[in-house]
Amino acid sequence: MAKNPTLVRNFAGRFVPTEVNSVPQVPYQGVGKYRPKGGKASPPIHTCSDYPPDGNKVVGSLKEALEKCGLRDGMTISSHHHFRNGDLLMNQVFNVVAEMGVKNVRWFPSAAFPCHEPMIELMKNGVISWVEGSLNGPLGRFASKGSMNGLAVLRSHGGRWQAVQDGEVHIDIAVLAAPTADPFGNATGDRGPSACGLLGFGLVDSLYADHVIIVTDNLVPFPSVPWQIQGQNVDVVVVMENIGDPGKIVSGTTQLTRSPDRLIIAEQTAKFVRAAGIMKHNFSFQAGAGGTSLAFAIYLKDLMKEAGVKARFIRGGSTKYLVEMLDEGLTDYILDGQTFDLNGIGSIRDNPNHVDTSPFTSYNWHGKGNFASMVDVVVLGATEVDVNFNANVVTHSDGMLLHGIGGWQNCLFSKCTILPIPSFRNRIPILVDRVTTLCGPGELIDVVITERGIAINPKREDLIAATNNSGLPIRPIEEIKIEVDELCGGAPEKPELADEVIGIVKWVDGTVLDSVYKIKGENNER
Amino acid sequence: MARTFTVGPKGDKIRSDLRVTYSTTRQPLTIKIHSTVATLYGKSLSEQVKVVSSDLGIDSGKLVIDDFGAVPFVVAARIEAAVKAARPGIKEQSLPPIKPFCSGKTKRNRFRRSRLYIPGDQPKLMLNAGIHKPDAVILDLEDSIAPAEKEASRFVVRNALRSVDFFGAERMVRINQSDLGQEDLAFVVPHNVHVILIPKVETSEQVKEIDERIATIRHECGRNDPVYLMPIIETARGVMKALEIAEASPNNIAMAIGLEDYTADIGVQRTEKGRESFLARSMIVNAARAAGIQAIDSVFSDVNDMDGLRAFVEDAKSLGFDGVGCIHPRQIRVIHETLAPSEGEIERAKKIVLAFDEARKKGLGVVSIGSKMIDAPVVKRALRTVDLAIATGKLKKSWKRRES
Repeated sequence: MAKNPTLVRNFAGRFVPTEVNSVPQVPYQGVGKYRPKGGKASPPIHTCSDYPPDGNKVVGSLKEALEKCGLRDGMTISSHHHFRNGDLLMNQVFNVVAEMGVKNVRWFPSAAFPCHEPMIELMKNGVISWVEGSLNGPLGRFASKGSMNGLAVLRSHGGRWQAVQDGEVHIDIAVLAAPTADPFGNATGDRGPSACGLLGFGLVDSLYADHVIIVTDNLVPFPSVPWQIQGQNVDVVVVMENIGDPGKIVSGTTQLTRSPDRLIIAEQTAKFVRAAGIMKHNFSFQAGAGGTSLAFAIYLKDLMKEAGVKARFIRGGSTKYLVEMLDEGLTDYILDGQTFDLNGIGSIRDNPNHVDTSPFTSYNWHGKGNFASMVDVVVLGATEVDVNFNANVVTHSDGMLLHGIGGWQNCLFSKCTILPIPSFRNRIPILVDRVTTLCGPGELIDVVITERGIAINPKREDLIAATNNSGLPIRPIEEIKIEVDELCGGAPEKPELADEVIGIVKWVDGTVLDSVYKIKGENNER
Repeated sequence: MARTFTVGPKGDKIRSDLRVTYSTTRQPLTIKIHSTVATLYGKSLSEQVKVVSSDLGIDSGKLVIDDFGAVPFVVAARIEAAVKAARPGIKEQSLPPIKPFCSGKTKRNRFRRSRLYIPGDQPKLMLNAGIHKPDAVILDLEDSIAPAEKEASRFVVRNALRSVDFFGAERMVRINQSDLGQEDLAFVVPHNVHVILIPKVETSEQVKEIDERIATIRHECGRNDPVYLMPIIETARGVMKALEIAEASPNNIAMAIGLEDYTADIGVQRTEKGRESFLARSMIVNAARAAGIQAIDSVFSDVNDMDGLRAFVEDAKSLGFDGVGCIHPRQIRVIHETLAPSEGEIERAKKIVLAFDEARKKGLGVVSIGSKMIDAPVVKRALRTVDLAIATGKLKKSWKRRES
């Protein structure tokens, strides 16, 4: 793999490679500027003559399944991350790949988690060539040190769909964990001992991979209803115990943040949404399950009740708190991407107004529209924001790759994007001169809400006017930054990163937004 | 024989603080720094350590710093504490420059509805305390600090008084009892502390001693504005001597009760109904009023029980207290809301204030509403109610223009 690819300057002023992992790349050209050409990827045509007429695709083991799907050196195996840090399957899959003596397999997960640390060993001994997906925790560190063979490619949920759909990533074999499935391969995530709610992150795999393996610990007689993955796209089904750890897939109960600082920020955010006139009859919003986002949803709920306002739809990550809003009639629908707790799972199973969505419907940029741009307000996190409202979610200020993008980039297209974030944390300023890694252009980020004040993007004159007499602490972002720098003892030094590119950040349209650089030496990081 | 001292929090889950180890040796000073923010403030940290060492006149020994994102005033404090623990003879100080927002003065009769306790050895909690808008912050050197940490905490508190923006909250410090408390004063009086909380006061002498010591320090450091005092009554004896304690110094601006220690002193369990402490609390209110100072109630210890807090504050209000103690920022809002005057109280107060203005305009000595005469203390209370209503946002500052 080329370790020092040629770099060109893109529209955002960032230097990006023209070729990544032997695939030519298009540098970022601005929001909405790049226009795709040509047709979608086309998986091979199959024939029913190759598949059991009784609809029973069950085989005896993972090994048999992989053999049947023709696993060879250099192929790409993909998977979804609905089991999050409770996934037990993919480590087992790659152990089998290793046993089979197969090498140089690219793993293409929708995201990897700390539980996938064993993959590092498999990369070191050549079973896995590299991991292409969001890299959380140990895998992120591994890549940041330049130890991974290929370049890391970070995509949003919508970007992953786009990459597969457009043929940029070809999946040979998709291995999809399913909490419940039938022998034909119809699969759902909303029931079974390792229920996870949805399977949307594996949908594109099921549609475009050459071969699809469903692995379940809960086989039911045909039909498995409802099905989010259709059996018509599935080659084989494997029945196994221990595909996921229910305690880590979903939490029993979602914990609210106790941090008084986060609560202030969350409350200000809810008040801002009201003051700006966004909270009105039939409005819509999206909030994740992270501490501040969740608290925001709860404060907003109180304001909605006070004003007698109902939302038309709320987008999740769903949790018990969103489900309560649905149950109490505060919203007509929840349009859900993934479920974080047992209440969410129960609701998606039992309430027809709790609707499953996928990155295709919600986020794919290369389609005929998506839900993200229809949402009135979205509340997101960030690791860094600069004074031009550009933001970073994948690295910290020390340059270490530690997070994936998730739906973050896709959500930026909402009508009002708010980042409620602390202005600093343990002497790490979150407001910076220039973000270490550009993940979202400032023109799409409207408001930054910190414990020290609210900054509105000057481009949003409408929001500035609407909140003028609200009594909210609205301040120029530069002013907040000055205060934070002062508190931390001056503006921070720039992290010394090596010149070596170890990864890229893709924009929602597949163009390259920024490079991720190798960290220099051994940082004093805990 | 080298002596080694370590100050700072133990363990690995440290945030916004640091551990400093200083060993006395005859070798020229060596400095080793390990920091979670090395990439962002590594150079700044190195520079600062050199400056602090130089301020203290240290040129030998071994300094090891294990930093977890401490801001500069904390870094300086911990180094000074470690060095002075090893070499107590050092007289020099390393003072951070005093920030402009640390120079504000206080007023005798300002609102003291909520006073947020912050342990003096937890600088992480100091940084954002003011954002939650308590009327006062109390940097504590006494009961929330383990004995082994008390000396080091003085440096943190001293430096905090010079560096942290408390956004207009009154700056209080609770000192220790007896000699320790006297020594504490030197660390805070020259640095614009507004109020000293004196714990476990039982005699007027205790107050006078503190007052005198403060006067001496003020003279030495050239501080003109007064340092106010808030004695805390925590024992039966203190309760019985409440009036004498309240009148012990013209610098007393409030008197507080500490119910945990008090109930332990009289040998009972502290209950929610609080019958066992009714006399004590009432005594404090009466003594304070008689002396013309504010009466402050204790803290409510269950930070998860907002309903319980509300009931406690309602009770405090009805007994005549002006404020309560506070141990967590989330309590502040409930305290302020509960102590805010009711709509009815505000309406009545407004009428009285307008009548007062009317009387003054007409040059009348007597304020009346209709045929009813309004006494001067009632007018005074009405003015205060109106001020409190404005401070709580229940009344606009410009209300008079609207009414006329």
